[in-house]
Amino acid sequence: MTTTAVPRTDRRVEARPAGFVVDVASVARRAIRQIPREPEAVVPALIVPIFFYVLNIGALSTVTHAAAHIDFKAFELPVAVVFAVTGVSRASALVTDIQNGYFDRLMITPVRRLPLLLGLMTADLTLVMALAVPVLLVGLALGVHFVTGVAGMVVFIILSGLWGLVFTGLPYAIALKTGSPGAVNASFVLFFPITFLSTTFVPKAELQGWLRAVANVNPMTYILEGLRSLVSNDITGGAPGPVWNATELGEALLAVAAFGAVSLSLALLALRGRVRRR
Amino acid sequence: MTEPAVVTEGIARRFGDYWAVDGVDLHIDSGEIYGFLGPNGAGKSTLVRMLCTLMRPTRGRGIVAGHDVARHPERVRLRIGVALQDAALDDKQTGRELLDLQGRLYGLRRHERSARLAQVMRLVDIGTAIDRQIRTYSGGMKRRLDLAAALIHDPDILFLDEPTTGLDPESRAAVWDEVRLLNEQHGTTIFLTTQYLEEADELADRVGIISRGRLVAEGTPEELKRTVGTDVIVARVETLTDATLAALRALPGVDDVVAGRDEIMVHAGDGAAAMSPVALALHAAGAAVVSLTLRTPTLDDVFLQMTGSHLQADETDSARAGVHPDDAADGPPAGGTGASASEEARAR
Repeated sequence: MTTTAVPRTDRRVEARPAGFVVDVASVARRAIRQIPREPEAVVPALIVPIFFYVLNIGALSTVTHAAAHIDFKAFELPVAVVFAVTGVSRASALVTDIQNGYFDRLMITPVRRLPLLLGLMTADLTLVMALAVPVLLVGLALGVHFVTGVAGMVVFIILSGLWGLVFTGLPYAIALKTGSPGAVNASFVLFFPITFLSTTFVPKAELQGWLRAVANVNPMTYILEGLRSLVSNDITGGAPGPVWNATELGEALLAVAAFGAVSLSLALLALRGRVRRR
Repeated sequence: MTEPAVVTEGIARRFGDYWAVDGVDLHIDSGEIYGFLGPNGAGKSTLVRMLCTLMRPTRGRGIVAGHDVARHPERVRLRIGVALQDAALDDKQTGRELLDLQGRLYGLRRHERSARLAQVMRLVDIGTAIDRQIRTYSGGMKRRLDLAAALIHDPDILFLDEPTTGLDPESRAAVWDEVRLLNEQHGTTIFLTTQYLEEADELADRVGIISRGRLVAEGTPEELKRTVGTDVIVARVETLTDATLAALRALPGVDDVVAGRDEIMVHAGDGAAAMSPVALALHAAGAAVVSLTLRTPTLDDVFLQMTGSHLQADETDSARAGVHPDDAADGPPAGGTGASASEEARAR
């Protein structure tokens, strides 16, 4: 074991707060770098939605077309994208950091506390938008046509990405609150009521009874409708509108904002609890 | 750099009804190596976590690098480097990525980061492994990388919580060399906790002994050992007679003489000075001397006197009940117990 003498003349550096943006970027860099190193976390997020998309189209297309006269390929594409982006987060990695003490190491640095979460969310947003692209391409390959064109596709990706982002608030809240990997994995169950108690398989007009009541207050319903409006107004539950349907898009954004207000508040509260020096 | 590095006044921390640290006063000057010695669960880690701003004191004050740890943690953080117990690293980064991220979080610019990276790499001797993912590292390499991460921003004060627990002797020696080098060449103040007598003895300018959350003794290793009293000259002889014992007792500077089966223990205030007279007296008495050794008290003797128990619980009482603890108690167990997973501190 050799150690080389470090010359006395070394110029000294001075630690300083890096600044909010640099903090977020530093944390995000690390999180993004880790993504390809754990493909086991990403690959299912891509395969599952594409699998169900193709399966649903094959199984239900004819029935649905007969019942509701809609293009089921187009109708289900937003569902596939939502499946891909919902629940993908760095929350499990965060729990690992908390458990092995690396989170403490970060806490000893001058990094601001909010960027510890925002950096991870930045990575999540990047990842979910990247996941939405291949799903969209599968839809296009199957013949889905966007009335809003390429600009609509970009909005489609961004809107899905924002939804994916606000959903991460829930697993992060659980991760920061409990520090338990089991609890974070269990947060996946939230995915089911939110994504399925909606216009997931059937247009709004065809929903019956309690499901219709639940779907009416489920933000997912408005997000799916907004996404569908970018593909074609024929497959939304609303009245025929212009090519760019401001009402549907506005409601979708509002739904994302409302959900985000709750989920991100929970995450921030949990972060505050975690970093409060007990 | 005349301000003290660490000052605490009655600093204390409670978990429920249990005071993990129960009113500790410290004054550590800049440039010192201060060893905080105590068994598992004595409160060492809790104290370190308070001083490095991870945990608030329940009572009392802690001033690190001139700033109050409770009131201005952000100022303290800029001046300290910390390697916590159980090297806290992220397995999926490479060593270089981890150090670079660390540098970014301390606001270092690109050229500063690359300069510092080169420096700490020379210091901790990681070599080409720096570009491998950390999960491939050995325990010793992880510990050295952790040390490098603690040093990337060139801190004035370095906190090391049990830096060598669980390390093999070679890695332990390497860490000691690094600590000495930092202290000598950079004047870095070093606050280290340890459960190893030898580590405190070898490295520390001053040692504080902690037991059950309280500082029970403090001083240089020499001062501390002197408080336990006298040196011991152990003479193993073939023929042991009362006349020999009487001759030894009559020597000036000898406090007490205790006879064992085939050995004589001569207690003397200054063992080195008494050595020659004892040898001559034994020769004169015709005792065939097999061996003659001078033993000074160990820090374990100090710990025993202050707390009534040995520092290393696994080598205690029954084995040598009533006998003065000997050299065997000194030094870490070869394999390292590694038992100290984490104190109550990380609980919750």
